[in-house]
Amino acid sequence: MEKDIIEVPYTWEIPFKYTAGEVLTKFFYELKEKRIMGIRCPKCKRVLLPPRGFCEMCFEPLEEWVEVSDEGVIGAFQICCMKFLGAPEPPWASGLIRLDGADTAILHFIGGIDLSDIEKGKEAIKIGTRVKAVWSDAPKGLITDIRYFTPV
Amino acid sequence: MSRRVAIVGVGQTETATKLKSYTHPELAYKAVRRALDDAGLSLEDIDAVVYGSMDEFDGINCPDRWDIDAGGGWHNKPFIKILTGGSTGHATASIAYQHVASRVFDVVMALGVQRVGENLDAQAVLNKAFNPLFLGDFTLGSIDGWALLTTMHMAKYGSREEQFALASVIDHEHALNNPYSHIKKKVTVEDVMKSPPVCWPIKYLECCPRSDGACAVIMVSEEKARELNRKAAWIRGVQYIVCTPYYGDRPGGVDWLNLAMAGKRLYKMCGITNPMEEIDVIELQAPFPIVHFLALEALGFCEHGEAGKLIESGATRMGGKLPVNPSGGVICTNQIGVAGLVRIAEASLQIMEKADKRQVAGAKKALAVGMGASRGQYQSVMLLTKDWN
Ligand SMILES: [Zn+2]
Repeated sequence: MEKDIIEVPYTWEIPFKYTAGEVLTKFFYELKEKRIMGIRCPKCKRVLLPPRGFCEMCFEPLEEWVEVSDEGVIGAFQICCMKFLGAPEPPWASGLIRLDGADTAILHFIGGIDLSDIEKGKEAIKIGTRVKAVWSDAPKGLITDIRYFTPV
Repeated sequence: MSRRVAIVGVGQTETATKLKSYTHPELAYKAVRRALDDAGLSLEDIDAVVYGSMDEFDGINCPDRWDIDAGGGWHNKPFIKILTGGSTGHATASIAYQHVASRVFDVVMALGVQRVGENLDAQAVLNKAFNPLFLGDFTLGSIDGWALLTTMHMAKYGSREEQFALASVIDHEHALNNPYSHIKKKVTVEDVMKSPPVCWPIKYLECCPRSDGACAVIMVSEEKARELNRKAAWIRGVQYIVCTPYYGDRPGGVDWLNLAMAGKRLYKMCGITNPMEEIDVIELQAPFPIVHFLALEALGFCEHGEAGKLIESGATRMGGKLPVNPSGGVICTNQIGVAGLVRIAEASLQIMEKADKRQVAGAKKALAVGMGASRGQYQSVMLLTKDWN
């Protein structure tokens, strides 16, 4: 075909509202007070974070709330160096962080580090590095009330 | 009692970031036409169609509706859609297999269509697969998730970046033999190491492309296979398994105990006691090198932490003891929701001795591994064999 094939542009822009349910709603209200709450399974005794309505291992409903520390340890990390649609300006880092008092890790940003030199970034962030939450000055009751975790 | 099922026809389209010459259904039609021709069958011979695609990459709510005509929907044929994240293609084939094994249908086509090139940033699409209540804000999509596992593997087992790079080099080397491969470019370990970090430790030349492409595979009952008397690949066994979406509480972490369990089930089903000695070739849905490592280890081809050494030994190259991805794999072509079906198609071509320049001589047992959804939440394995026993 001699002429360029036509491509028709199209955009999906449709707002949604995702229901948090009772368990995550309590978790979010507590975040607003700068407290991180996990939930303990009566059977396996694990403190699960993010909290959830049932233990997927024991299949038991969960209701025992336990406050966990806002300090913990990096279990895995990555340093994003390219710009992607909807993602922060690179470089940025994220990781799996297991907070003291929790048995599971959460995914969150790792920040407060100069990542412009990736070699230096890798020195600052390691598996096993201890980190602490840096909180928003105006918490809204969302997971982003923790802005990022930074090495202590 | 289930009955034996064989693959007798495979049809693939070329792949590219944008296959602009065809609309969605026209692309589907091309794969269907080729599979029918390969099997020596006509549309009338197909009893039912199992269709797989991931809606969001193509920006179509239910692409199955668009492609019904290409699947013969006008001709009073049962048509059903399967979607299990990145492993959609593999799952589509599994369900097609069960359609025949259950004696409900004699001839069934598995059809996969995907146009990852239609969206302008696949990572932004992938991001929408993560729970927006506590994950969506912190994850990019796919690359960062696999990078997390890569750093875990490096920390736990001392795997080196050069070893991951080599897995990509070998896929690229193999892709040169595959006319359907998207990326056809020879690269060296040095090239990979020097390519820009995307999500460190994953580098640009270790990342799969966004590909458009379709694939169709025709499966028949044992009776029908004998009647057709054509080259066939027996589906000796299929297994699949799932894993929690909570990123931080996977048992085994980097050891992929779930895939190991699925592998054990498959080996038991197929009478495999020593996979390294008994399996001749693997087609692995690995969009990044870390998946080579995790899958080879979990499926018992080496001990945990030893995949780097296995790859360095040359075993996974063409001519090696266990060629992995003679097709060039997903690092060189990723039509995401179809990629798992292509693994089964390529494994079948190996068994049917129709793989041309990428043929592994004397392949009698080929393993097709599917993977999908946030770093391996769905995992599936199928063993294809030349002889039943
Ligand atoms: Zn429990």
